[in-house]
Amino acid sequence: MKQTSTTYGILAEYDSTHGIYGACEKVRDAGYKKWDACTPFPVHGLEKAMGLSASKLPWMVLGAGIAGAALAIIFMVWVSAFDYPLNIGGKPTWSIPAFIPVMFEVTILFSALVTVFGMFWLNGLPSWHNPLFQSVRFERVTDDKFFIVIESSDPLFDQVRTQKLLEDTGAINTEVLEA
Amino acid sequence: MQTATKISDDMRVPSKSFWHKMPIIAFMLGVTCILYWIGAFKADPHRAMYGYLFAFICVLSIALGAMFFVIVQYLSRAGWSVVVRRIAEFAMWTMPLMLLLFLPIAFWAQDIFAWSHIEPGDILLEKKASYLNLNFFMVRAAIYFAIWLTISWWFYKTSAGQDAGNRPEDTRKLWAMSAPAVILFSMSLTFASIDWLMSLQPHWFSTIFGVYFFTGCFLAGMAFMTLILLCLQAAGILTKTVTLEHYQDLGKLMFGFTVFWAYIAFSQFMLYWYANIPEETEFYMHRLQHGWEYVSYAIPFTNFFLPFFFLMSRHAKRNKIGLATFCIWTLLAHFFDLYWIIMPNFGAHGLPEGVQPPHASISANDLVLLAGMLALLVAYVSYLIVRKNIIPIGDPKLAESLHFENA
Repeated sequence: MKQTSTTYGILAEYDSTHGIYGACEKVRDAGYKKWDACTPFPVHGLEKAMGLSASKLPWMVLGAGIAGAALAIIFMVWVSAFDYPLNIGGKPTWSIPAFIPVMFEVTILFSALVTVFGMFWLNGLPSWHNPLFQSVRFERVTDDKFFIVIESSDPLFDQVRTQKLLEDTGAINTEVLEA
Repeated sequence: MQTATKISDDMRVPSKSFWHKMPIIAFMLGVTCILYWIGAFKADPHRAMYGYLFAFICVLSIALGAMFFVIVQYLSRAGWSVVVRRIAEFAMWTMPLMLLLFLPIAFWAQDIFAWSHIEPGDILLEKKASYLNLNFFMVRAAIYFAIWLTISWWFYKTSAGQDAGNRPEDTRKLWAMSAPAVILFSMSLTFASIDWLMSLQPHWFSTIFGVYFFTGCFLAGMAFMTLILLCLQAAGILTKTVTLEHYQDLGKLMFGFTVFWAYIAFSQFMLYWYANIPEETEFYMHRLQHGWEYVSYAIPFTNFFLPFFFLMSRHAKRNKIGLATFCIWTLLAHFFDLYWIIMPNFGAHGLPEGVQPPHASISANDLVLLAGMLALLVAYVSYLIVRKNIIPIGDPKLAESLHFENA
């Protein structure tokens, strides 16, 4: 085990959802902020055990939807009523009903794109590499094992005490990861 | 077992509860309102029957919406909704009351439907007479009620039969029957909306009308059911089984159908507005004049923009006061929408050239009758609530529903 300043964090391994659930509560109560839990499948209620706050994503999507609707209506009014007015079926150039389908589509388009790419951004994706991949045991995170990683950038991080905390939570194995 | 004790606490309405007085109070209120309306009927049967049709469609749409909710839970093999489903089953099993309330419409159909007396030279109606005639109208109404009574009776009976226990195989039967039931339901509802609403303006037609009415039905059914749940919980009943998670899902469904309603309503409008063909725009032309234009311009706000932005928030769906406000609003907005569909037709058909149809007006008689029919509906539903199990305790998916959480 190397003791260097380039430590990325400490990885702890658990056998069951029950185990990681209790461990998350302990890490949360110890006051750590820069840490994460990795599981092979979604564990219901784990976000509560981790003390995660609600995602910012819905607000980003709301903003994108409003922006899409506004952009569509402004653009169509500008084009069909000011820049290049056309007589279509004798209807007024300012015909809002004709604009609504496009407004709706652009609202959906903007919301959907921001949902997907906003989620990527909040998750730190795309990324070529993550220091967790150096752990051989971590490969089983897509199979049957559960992991907690506490990063060294956390202000409370102390290699000895953090490792002790993770061992006390019932981890079946802990290891120090290099950055 | 922990869950077993929890459920038995919530299975029946406690004997001291105020809910035991509800059936008789609501029944008395309903009868009083209807007696009041009979005075108006004696003065002007023609106008009063229009109000009757309006009030009847309002309460019928609640029962039909609840019926669709029940069918679709089985169709999708849903687990989350088990603890709230029984209330929808009660609301759909009010169908015998609906049949009773329909009878006056059958008797006074000539006062309501202009196509029942075709004026000579009305070629369109002469062509439509093979469908729009009183005999066939009655046969069709009998078929709709036969379908609705059968569906609501069988689904309620089979679900309630599981309460005694040891009948988990019935769930498979309910799943299997939900597929034909949803087809029969949607066909009968579509044709009923054509017969009872669209044919009020017999020259006009809309291919999307059945979906439009269906969406309103579902919203009304959901709002009614959620309101009943909230009222039961306010009285300390069902508090251990129905959680905010269930309310959030009911809210989500209502939010989705609010958007769907707007989508359908706007689709119908935009196509007619774009094509601008007289026999299609007739519906909107009349509703954009004669005082109805205020209603027409208000409906997008009352039925879409306000509920849309209100219910978008997760907090509004998980707040009982907020959700109850929304349910009341949705029910009123749905009634408003039906008033806008039905009432402009009064006295508007077969007018001589140059004569304007009557100006928009609202009659207190219509509202009193609506209150009366709603009271009868509440009386019927609360009668079932205090006498039956209000949770389907024998449903194999009950445990899943009790532990349901929005991820």
